[in-house]
Amino acid sequence: MDQAEATEKIVTALKKKKGKTKFYFNDLAKILGEKPRVAKKLINKMIEDEVLEYWSSGSTSLYGLKGTGKQAEAEHEE
Amino acid sequence: MAKHETPLLDQLETGPWPSFVTDIKREAESRAKNERNIEYQIPQDCCDDLLGVLELSFKHGRTHWKHGGIVGVFGYGGGVIGRYCDQPEMFPGVAHFHTMRVSQPAGKFYTTKYLEEICDLWERRGSGLTNMHGSTGDIIFLGTTTPQLEEVFWELGHNLNQDLGGSGSNLRTPSDCIGQARCEWSCFDTQDICHDLTNEYQDELHRPAFPYKFKFKFDGCPNCCVASIARADLAFVGTWRDDIKIDQEAVQGYVNGEFPPNGGSHAGRDWGPFDIQKEVIDLCPTGCMRYEDGKLEINTPECYRCMHCINVMPRALRIGDDRGCSIFAGAKAPILDGAQMGSLIVPFIKVEAPYDEIKETVIEPIWDWWMEEGKNRERLGELMKRQGFQKLLEVTGFKPDPRMVQEPRTNPYIFWKEDEVPGGFDRDINEFRKYHQR
Repeated sequence: MDQAEATEKIVTALKKKKGKTKFYFNDLAKILGEKPRVAKKLINKMIEDEVLEYWSSGSTSLYGLKGTGKQAEAEHEE
Repeated sequence: MAKHETPLLDQLETGPWPSFVTDIKREAESRAKNERNIEYQIPQDCCDDLLGVLELSFKHGRTHWKHGGIVGVFGYGGGVIGRYCDQPEMFPGVAHFHTMRVSQPAGKFYTTKYLEEICDLWERRGSGLTNMHGSTGDIIFLGTTTPQLEEVFWELGHNLNQDLGGSGSNLRTPSDCIGQARCEWSCFDTQDICHDLTNEYQDELHRPAFPYKFKFKFDGCPNCCVASIARADLAFVGTWRDDIKIDQEAVQGYVNGEFPPNGGSHAGRDWGPFDIQKEVIDLCPTGCMRYEDGKLEINTPECYRCMHCINVMPRALRIGDDRGCSIFAGAKAPILDGAQMGSLIVPFIKVEAPYDEIKETVIEPIWDWWMEEGKNRERLGELMKRQGFQKLLEVTGFKPDPRMVQEPRTNPYIFWKEDEVPGGFDRDINEFRKYHQR
């Protein structure tokens, strides 16, 4: 799978999910249908391209489309 | 004059122990005076507001910190933990108060200059409050604002040759004991392997793709000073295969009271003359030692390296020369499902740079399995429990070994697979009935 196709797949799938803005790495790997190591390379690139962003509680990391979710607004980050 | 009244926190200071409240107050006062004319890049009164929000939390019986956040330095998914206050109008100094984890040097060796530099940096660009060290081992910088994160990271990287540590679903900053630098019991160079694996697995440390946290810890000997066996997903504990080296003359020295036992510790009271039988031989958990006619003997195959005799008589007993480590998998603290100690997966392996055998036969197969099979927020130890130790052996290719069994027959069930049984599970019932009545 090439990068553009992967990004398209992730963006479409995440936009469809209503009421949920943060996702586990495994959820993204499943959307891509790739093994974790392959998925990681594609997902890292999406972070680099600022399509996705990390969210962390300190113990767990999640991924979301950049700028989505309550947190961005609530934290005066916009 | 304090910015906020803090009667509840003041009470905490009256206990018998040094108080973190006193520490924060001291920093608040020092920032208010600013005798060194520091150009503070975050609110000067952040420590006052930190005390204020903590007091309010005690008053309300609930936290005023939100859960996590979207902060980090570019390209890193760990090392920064977002902390946002839910009362920013009341406590503007801590509206953003993010934690940064800084990777500690192997063995926690510092120069005074280095410590001064990181403290100066944090005084200027953060709250000045640090936590030396967090349970992961990192240097913890407590409290800064979002715009300062990249600045701190740049200065750490460019001026102090220093990286951020791990947090979130990452490999956490590997941590080790002081090792061969200062300790003659260390069976391998803990600092070298810790440093090597930290460099090797940079991607795992900074870009989260694991189901949950993952920790390596390195203990040079079974005294386990960093408690790797109790808290690391992969614990490396030094051990040796040959005999404990005995200096019989020094044994006599202990028996005759020439040397204080335990290197002179526990000397706060008079325990009477040293009794080798009572204090060493009778306390050996495997009963593999005897002391007769002034001679100490150890039956090595029975010894399981509890270190007690060596700790008591360090001058007389030394670790063997054929050294390496044992590797234990799956330890964790009790967030879910109770605490777990590590399970022995590799009884003995040589620990020699560049550590390819450890990387290729232990670490990476375990990661591949856990990344594919682990549920979200499932630690390696929980996956081992869910799918079974047998599965772990399968994915790593290690042969079962009696030393992996804590005690025989705890579990009476042995699960054979069809291809492991001659003839499989199908049988000819007529053939069977020739020998067995219905």
